[in-house]
Amino acid sequence: MANKIARVPVREQDPQKRAANFEEVCYGYDIEEARKEASRCLNCKKPRCVEQCPVSIQIPRFISQVLQGDFAAASRTIAEDSSLPSVCGRVCPQETQCEGACILGIKGEPVAIGKLERFVGDWALEHPSPAGQTPPSNGHKVAVIGSGPSGLACASDLARMGYRVKIFEALHKVGGVLEYGIPEFRLPKERIVAASVENVKRLGVEFETDTIVGRTVTIDSLLEEEGYQAVFIGSGAGLPRFMGIPGENLNGVVSANEFLTRANLMKAYDSRYDTPIYVGRRVVVVGGGNVAMDAVRTAKRLGAEAFIVYRRSEAELPARVEEVHHARQEGIEFRMLTNPTEILGTEQGWVRGIRCVRMTLGEPDQSGRRSPVVVEGSEFEIECDVVIMALGTSPNPLIAATTAGLDTDRRGCVVADGQGVTSRPGVFAGGDAVTGAATVILAMGAGRKAARAIDEYIRNK
Amino acid sequence: MYKILEKRELASAIWLMKVHAPRVASSARPGQFVIVRADECGERIPLTVADYDAREGSVTIVIQTIGVSTKKICALDPGQCLADFAGPLGRPSEFVSEDLQTLRGKKILFVAGGVGTAPVYPQVKWLAEHGVRADVIVGAKNRDMLIMTEQMRAVAGNLYIATDDGSEGFKGLVTEVIRHLIEQQGRHYDLCVAIGPMIMMKFVALTTRDYGLKTIVSLNSLMVDGTGMCGACRVSVGGKTVFTCVDGPEFDAHLVDFDEAMRRQGMYRTQEQRALKIAEERAAGHKCRIGLDK
Repeated sequence: MANKIARVPVREQDPQKRAANFEEVCYGYDIEEARKEASRCLNCKKPRCVEQCPVSIQIPRFISQVLQGDFAAASRTIAEDSSLPSVCGRVCPQETQCEGACILGIKGEPVAIGKLERFVGDWALEHPSPAGQTPPSNGHKVAVIGSGPSGLACASDLARMGYRVKIFEALHKVGGVLEYGIPEFRLPKERIVAASVENVKRLGVEFETDTIVGRTVTIDSLLEEEGYQAVFIGSGAGLPRFMGIPGENLNGVVSANEFLTRANLMKAYDSRYDTPIYVGRRVVVVGGGNVAMDAVRTAKRLGAEAFIVYRRSEAELPARVEEVHHARQEGIEFRMLTNPTEILGTEQGWVRGIRCVRMTLGEPDQSGRRSPVVVEGSEFEIECDVVIMALGTSPNPLIAATTAGLDTDRRGCVVADGQGVTSRPGVFAGGDAVTGAATVILAMGAGRKAARAIDEYIRNK
Repeated sequence: MYKILEKRELASAIWLMKVHAPRVASSARPGQFVIVRADECGERIPLTVADYDAREGSVTIVIQTIGVSTKKICALDPGQCLADFAGPLGRPSEFVSEDLQTLRGKKILFVAGGVGTAPVYPQVKWLAEHGVRADVIVGAKNRDMLIMTEQMRAVAGNLYIATDDGSEGFKGLVTEVIRHLIEQQGRHYDLCVAIGPMIMMKFVALTTRDYGLKTIVSLNSLMVDGTGMCGACRVSVGGKTVFTCVDGPEFDAHLVDFDEAMRRQGMYRTQEQRALKIAEERAAGHKCRIGLDK
C-alpha cells in the first residue's frame, strides 16, 4: 500500500524572500520526512532506477536502509558507487535519470530519489565516520589535474587504494565547477563543497592551488621530474562559447562563466569582497541550460529584472525541471522560441538592447530535438543593459597543447576510452575534459573508473 | 601563501615587489604574466612579470597603485605573504622560440611607457643574454616617474628617454622618438615591441604602420581567472575575437582594435571608483550610517 502515500513535499525558502538572498532554496528532508518518502519505494525486483543511474547506485537498497533508519548503512551503500551524494542529490537531472524511470511515476509521482540521496549525503557529512585509518602507502604517486567532481572522485579512490595523490588546481580555491559555477543558493559552499573536499583531505590527498598544468608545470615535468607514475586529467570544460553575432564585444556582454565566477568564486554579492560585478537593470541571459538558469537567478538576486532568451520551446529546455520551476517562482521571465541576431549598443559602446527573431520548431535534428527555424520578418528588440551568454563551454586546450602524444578530437576534447585511458601511456582523463560539458555524476563516475585503470596500469608497470 | 622578499617604491605610487614563488620562477619566460591576490577577499589582478630568478625562486612584479586591490597588494610588507600568485600565464614572447641565428640578425626596438617599462625589462634582458642588443625607448611623465632606467641601460643597446616635460631626455612623446630615429637617424628596425598604457600602444601602432614596421603590443585587458575561463579579456585582433589571457597577451599591434580594447578596460570603472572612494572614506575614519558602503 506504500504507493498510496503522496510524494512528500520538500520544504523550500519562500520564493519572494529567496529571490533577494543567496541562501539555499531547498531545505531538504528531515529524518521523519525522509523515512516517510522512503516508505513509498516499491523495492522493485528489477529496479529501473538503477539502470538509469549513470553510476548504478543501488537505489532500492539505500532507500530501504533509510526506511529502517540506518543512515550509516545507506551512506555506505551509496558510497559504493558515488563519492558526492550531497552534490549529486542537489544537481543531478533526476527527472531524466533515476526518477524518470521510477514505476510510481507512470501513474503518479516518482520516489524523490534525489532528495533522499541528498538526505543521506548530508547526514554523512554531519556524522563523519571516526577518522578511519588511511591505508598504508603503496609508495606510488599519482597526480590529478583539477579539483572538480572527476578529480575529487579519482583522487579519493586512489588514496583508498594506498596511492599518494596530489590534486593540482589552477584557481585559488578547490572544487572546480562546484565552486566557481554552481551558485550558493543551489549548492552551499561551506556546508557541502568544503565539507566534501575535507573528506577527501582526510584520506591523505594533498592539494596544490594556483598551479596551472600546461603553464606552471607540465604533464611531462610531473611524470619525469616530480616522480608521479600516472596523471589523471580532470580539467573540465571551462572555455566559454559566444554566438559570433555583431555587438558581442560591447560593454555589458559577459559569458555566464565570467558572471558566475565573479558571483560564486569571487563572492561579488558579499560586500566584504572586492570583486566588482556589473548587473545593470535589465539582464537577458541567452541559453536554456542549468548554467543559464544559474546566471539568470543570480542576476535576479543581485537586483536586476532578468529574462531567459531561448531558441527552442519549453519542452526542449536542457535545464533541470526543478531549476526552471524555481526560476519561474522567483519571477524570471522566459522568452521561448527566440534567438538573438545582434546586440545593440549605445554610442559609448554599452549594451542598450538585443535584437531577436522568433523561431518555430521544424524537423528533429541529430540530437533528436526538433530544430528551431527562423520565422521570416519576425525581428524585434528587447531592451536591456546586460547580456549574459550561457551557450555552453568546451575544454581548455592548454593541457593538450603542452602534452606531446595526447590525442584530442575536433572539439578539443581529450580522447579517452571508457576506462579513461588516453593515447599517451600513463596519462588518463575523464569528466568534461573528455566528454565536453556534461553532468557532475558522469564526471564523478569517469574519475572513479579512471582510478581503477590507473591502479591496473601501475600494478602492471 | 607567497612571501614577499623585497619591496621598494620605484616612483610615486609605483612599487617593485620580489615574491617567493619557485614554481613560477622556474617556468616564467619573457612576455608572460601572473595573477595576484592580496588576501581572501581580494580580486585576482593580472600583472606582467618584470623579472624572475629560478635559482632564488623569486619573481619580481611592478605595480602601480590605482585601485583598491593594487593598493591592498602594495600595503603588504616584506615578510608578509600574498594569498595567491599564479602563473606564468599567457604565451611567452614570440622571439623566445625563434631561431637564435635569425634573431641575432634582427634589429629590435622596444618602446616602454610608464609602468610598462617593467615588463619590457625581462624581454630586453633575455635578448641581451642571448647576444641580441635591442634599442629601448622609455617614456614617462617626468624624471620622477621613470623606473628601472639603470637596469635597462645595462641590458639595452641604445637607451632613449622621453619625458612629457623634458625633465629628462627628449621632451615629447615616444612616437616622436620613433620618427626621429627612423627619419633623422636613418635607423632600420625589423621589429618593434611596445608595452605601456593602451593609448600609447595605439599611437605607437599608428606610427610604425607608416614605416611598415612589424609591431607587437602586450595588452593589459581585464581578467578574472587568466586561464581562458571567463572571456572578460576578449579583444578583436584582425577582426577576430580572441582572449588576451590564452591567445596573448602579445598581439600584432596593427591588427588590434585599440578603441574597443580601451572601452572594454572601462567596463567596471564605476564600481572600481566607488570601491576606491569607500576605502578612502573608511581610511579617513568615516563610518557610513546609512549603508551606502554595502
